[in-house]
Amino acid sequence: MISKNDVEYVAALARIHLQGDEVSRLTHDLEQILEYINKLNTLDVSKIEPTSHVLPLKNVHRADKVRPSLTQQEALKISVQQQDGFFKVPKVIE
Amino acid sequence: MNTDTKIFCGCANKFGEAPNSLTCPVCLGLPGSLPVVNERALEYAVKVGLALNCTVNPFVKFDRKNYFYPDCPKAYQISQYDLPICRNGYVTIEETGGPKIIRINRAHLEEDAGKLIHDDAHNCSLVDYNRTGTPLMEIVSEPDIRSAQEAYDYLQTLKLTLKYLNVSDCDMEKGSLRCDANVSIRRKGDKKFGIKTEIKNMNSFKAVKAGLEHEIQRHRTVIALGQTITQETRLWDEARGVTVPMRSKEEAHDYRYFPEPDLVPFVLEESAIESIRRSLPELPAQKHQRLMDQYQLSDYDAGILVQDPDLAGFFEECTRHYKDTKKICNWIIGPLLKELNERKVAMAGIRLKPQDLTALMVKVDEAVLSNLAGKNVLQFIIDTGKSVDTIIEEKGLAQVSDDGTLEQLVREVITEHANIADQIRGGKESAIGFLVGQAMRKTRGKANPKKIGEIIKKALTP
Repeated sequence: MISKNDVEYVAALARIHLQGDEVSRLTHDLEQILEYINKLNTLDVSKIEPTSHVLPLKNVHRADKVRPSLTQQEALKISVQQQDGFFKVPKVIE
Repeated sequence: MNTDTKIFCGCANKFGEAPNSLTCPVCLGLPGSLPVVNERALEYAVKVGLALNCTVNPFVKFDRKNYFYPDCPKAYQISQYDLPICRNGYVTIEETGGPKIIRINRAHLEEDAGKLIHDDAHNCSLVDYNRTGTPLMEIVSEPDIRSAQEAYDYLQTLKLTLKYLNVSDCDMEKGSLRCDANVSIRRKGDKKFGIKTEIKNMNSFKAVKAGLEHEIQRHRTVIALGQTITQETRLWDEARGVTVPMRSKEEAHDYRYFPEPDLVPFVLEESAIESIRRSLPELPAQKHQRLMDQYQLSDYDAGILVQDPDLAGFFEECTRHYKDTKKICNWIIGPLLKELNERKVAMAGIRLKPQDLTALMVKVDEAVLSNLAGKNVLQFIIDTGKSVDTIIEEKGLAQVSDDGTLEQLVREVITEHANIADQIRGGKESAIGFLVGQAMRKTRGKANPKKIGEIIKKALTP
């Protein structure tokens, strides 16, 4: 059972701001989605390996070889604010 | 880890560069970029696992750990959740009561976050993403550690092992070795652990010991007062010598892990794991035992040599040029270590060839140099890289054993310290050492102290 609290909690974790009737609407939607997905629980999967990836690929890696990075200027171009070569963000306290 | 590049992109893995000069779309988490695993990071993780006596999981997958914080540009960290690459290992530490086993629960591979600097003056935080994506291993021990000292010893043992594997420089000041510790206490005989607190921000080995000692004491006090410990994360405040609660968001521990869709799994063949096992270097405990067996060194001496693999290597190289292994060891853990400590460097940080030390020892054996002058010469060799012979000649350090010169020297010392000389004449032979010291001082260590002593004795006693 999905409660309004669950939706509000997940929304807060995902930094999604919900307004008006969105909470009750999403509670209903999420409930239906979970119900649908729960059908999988009726299947016997005890002999099936968990799927951790859908592509039939494995062991894709690269050699430990340095490639050029962006310059500081290029990297900081996407910043909203910068200072002394750093990305500048609202103060966060640990 | 000291790989050349980051774990999921080709940016250089380097400390101390200009901020945000080592980034790319992958480690900045830009849309459309995709991570590709650095094969060496994977190999290093297997090495660590094997060295810590772990079972290496042949099926390697990564997971997303979701959180919002400016040090993490993707808003998730690629880590490992339910299938860590290494499980069920142990580390043996040496305690006064004998060896003790600290079990390792798991060790997994993940990417490091960026570095945050808090700028109070401008009420903002500054972010450097150079460190973002540095390959990191998180090693989690079982609750087997019973004191701050054991925690310290465990960390030292871990650090030494990692240094031998050459997978990290393990420099706590650079942040390449970090440690969070859980602390709880319980009544004697209790089976269940007490409520725990997690301590962060212990940025040196000394801080780990001091921080944990403080926290254990704090738990004792709280419980003695009949209160309960709050389960929380606390920060070690080095300057004040206390731990303080960390301010954090309440949902901080809900990371909503799920399998990382951008990385396909790895399957490590048994043969690949075995080939890494065969490539493991001799580890500290093995070297320790071998140095004792092969060179008849004491437990203590061997223990000092293994602290720096280069120092142990230097010792072994010296034994090829000089017979008395105990004497070589004494020179290394005495004068040589003193020189290293004064320079605050490891063996790799100086230019001293094994033959330099053994040649020097031969000069002392032949009484060309006094012990003291020998130590000075060692210092000059390290400073200049010149040979023993060159330095003896340039500095005029050859020991003076010539009778005439020494007798003249003794006469001077006796005149200058007439009262001491009188005491010796009066039978106080223990004062001879003082005059020998004075003679050595006048010659800056060049006189042969044994001969000086004999001459003084002859001159002042019947």
